Amino acid sequence: MAADTEKAADLSQAMITEPVALADWLIVAPVAIPLVFAAFLLTVRHRTWLHAGVALVAFALTLAANAGLLARVLAEGPLAMTMGRWLPPFGISFVADPLGVALSLVGVLVAAVCAVFAVADIGTTGRRYGFYPFMLLMMAGVSGAFLTGDLFNLYVWFEVFLIASFGLLVLGCEHRQLDGALKYAILNLVGTTLFLTATALLYGTFGTLNMADVQSKAAELRDTAPLATLATLFLFAFAMKAAAFPLNFWLPASYHTPRIVVAALFGGILTKIGVYALLRVLVMLFEPERALLSDVIAWVAAATMVLGIMGALAQSDMRRVLGFVVISGVGIMLAGIALGTEAGLAGAIVYAVHSMLAMTALYLLAGVMNGVGGSYSVETLKGLYRGHPLLTAFALLLVLAAAGLPPASGLWPKVMLVQASLAAGAPWLAFAILATGILTTLALGRVFALTFWRSDGGDTAPAAPAEAAPVLRLGYASLAALMLPILALGLYPEPFINVAEAAAAVLVDPTGYVGAVFPERVQP
Amino acid sequence: METVLSVLVGLFFAAAIYLMLSKHIIRIMLGVVLFGNAVNLTLFTAGRVVSEVPPIIPEALPVPPELTANPLPQALILTAIVIAFSIFAFLMVLTFRAYQELGTDDAEGMRVAEPKDDAMPPLGY
Amino acid sequence: MRTVIFRTVAPYLTSLMLLFSVFVLLRGHNEPGGGFIGGLIAASALAIYGIACGVAPVRRAVYFHPMAISGFGLLMAALSGVFSIFFQVPLLTGLWAKVSFLGVELDLSTVLFFDIGVYLVVVGSITSIALALEERERA
Repeated sequence: MAADTEKAADLSQAMITEPVALADWLIVAPVAIPLVFAAFLLTVRHRTWLHAGVALVAFALTLAANAGLLARVLAEGPLAMTMGRWLPPFGISFVADPLGVALSLVGVLVAAVCAVFAVADIGTTGRRYGFYPFMLLMMAGVSGAFLTGDLFNLYVWFEVFLIASFGLLVLGCEHRQLDGALKYAILNLVGTTLFLTATALLYGTFGTLNMADVQSKAAELRDTAPLATLATLFLFAFAMKAAAFPLNFWLPASYHTPRIVVAALFGGILTKIGVYALLRVLVMLFEPERALLSDVIAWVAAATMVLGIMGALAQSDMRRVLGFVVISGVGIMLAGIALGTEAGLAGAIVYAVHSMLAMTALYLLAGVMNGVGGSYSVETLKGLYRGHPLLTAFALLLVLAAAGLPPASGLWPKVMLVQASLAAGAPWLAFAILATGILTTLALGRVFALTFWRSDGGDTAPAAPAEAAPVLRLGYASLAALMLPILALGLYPEPFINVAEAAAAVLVDPTGYVGAVFPERVQP
Repeated sequence: METVLSVLVGLFFAAAIYLMLSKHIIRIMLGVVLFGNAVNLTLFTAGRVVSEVPPIIPEALPVPPELTANPLPQALILTAIVIAFSIFAFLMVLTFRAYQELGTDDAEGMRVAEPKDDAMPPLGY
Repeated sequence: MRTVIFRTVAPYLTSLMLLFSVFVLLRGHNEPGGGFIGGLIAASALAIYGIACGVAPVRRAVYFHPMAISGFGLLMAALSGVFSIFFQVPLLTGLWAKVSFLGVELDLSTVLFFDIGVYLVVVGSITSIALALEERERA
């Protein structure tokens, strides 16, 4: 039947006719690989001994695909692939640009480390329940969100990782988890529905959902269409996903309830997707509207970072402390979006990378400390330095990373953002970032001092519980795996900053992005 | 036609937000359902209501013979309905479990994850 | 709900609905219908069976765990999308093949397999949610 129609009509006006090179499949590989493996693992859910191995293979493949894609994107500029042979904007495009691929790469790296940690942490019950399939499904959704070039498709990927995260959140079905999951689920659902509302209105205005198409049509519609309203709606929706200040209460209510490895995954990755969406939509598509809203965003950013970290000061459960630290990190990234200059955006992107690595590592550290000391509470944990000097060193480095002190990863993005704020004439924003740094040092430094340095009264090293031994070994291994990039970003930030600057350049001047989807539009 | 639909969308949103402001989870859930439907109607209206002819091309012709309805909003709404339906089904189970385990559907009574009398961290060694 | 009438009718109703769901699924090839709506019909058929005869008979009847069914459906849908890698066309391109089977010309396509995958995903996930709800009601 298809052959008949092809004879009857000239399809070259509607369909892509030239063959697609195998190398272009790298663009969809970060989504396709975890999706296929997740489906496979769901099918064989009773053979739990398979799960960890297959999932690790899947993560290794995804990581390799992401690394290859990043290398290609940095060398050749943004790449696009449009689904189903339809020409854009009728087919859904996937666009790989430095921002999306870099974040996807770091996200998958972090998830792979969590998968290693989970090998010992998640038992047979958790695996039968579907821990690894849900985790892979979530990473497919996350990579999809980072790589898609279509607003409605972005919504779909948001929902994909949201559904998978629901599954991960209630793993175990404790009372606390049900309570936390309910609040997380309802507020996130409202957030994505708000995003869909904004998308619907955008479709009504533009008649297209392809981001490159929207970008090139926005200039001529700006005089007549209510783009500022649209931008505000998007800001609302994504700020909710990112847990920015007035909309952040779902995060500390839920992130301390799931298994620690799930919390590490969420704390590392999920809020950054909100920040990514803000970068993509507000900065790339609606730049003049973002400039209009920049004061609002700046105040929201300052409030998020300062109030977030003040929340951390009042907590005694390590996981809840970390939940608030995640929020304050979101504020710092929002500061870069509020500035909107290339330097500010690059700072925000490097900070996103740092935050993914450091927050996951901090949550995993809390997990290892719980394995060692049997508690997450700073009241009961004490004197850990004596039995676990290596853990103490990791913890100190991570506290320095989160606070933005050398030699760890937090320093350079903060330097970039402070410089950018001063250059943009917003010294108060620079002050807020620095004040947040001091408060973070206080909050996490106190946790460190209480749990590691406070004397527990004894002289000998307390023996760790015997059954916790494999958890600890893998815990140390995963922490070490995350320390490498964290220290690399702290000691030799050049390559990271270069990638971030390339990413920011595409956001500020999306000609390359549009050109990847519509090659004919950018040729003079 | 669009005007009537816009007013309807407004009513849907108002009712949804009113329900979601309640502290009982079951009303919040109903509000969430209405919210989803309000958005679907927005999508439908955003695609403009121009014709009621289904967008199906007859086998012999390369293009449809007359003005047809816009197929894209229908596809988008179908996707949104599928997603909203599955998430809502999950939420139903979650709410029901939470109600059974926690014994309340009052959001203010759900303080298991964030207890009110949570201790402040110690101020010194 | 365990009345004699309902319990007697339920198996017939369920099998009829399952048959109809397959019809709707295959009809979706060229006419209104398709995997999602077919899957919903099948899932509601199983839910009716569960209401009438209890959750355990349903689990025995479907044999595979509902989540495994939906996993297989997802795998099928994903693979039929990725299948186009062998033909130098982008992801999810519909590929068609004419197959002659017992003298009947059949149009096989990746779209069909994608739709069957969607059917299985919907049957599996909705059935598992429905069964979870029904189980709790009894407990």
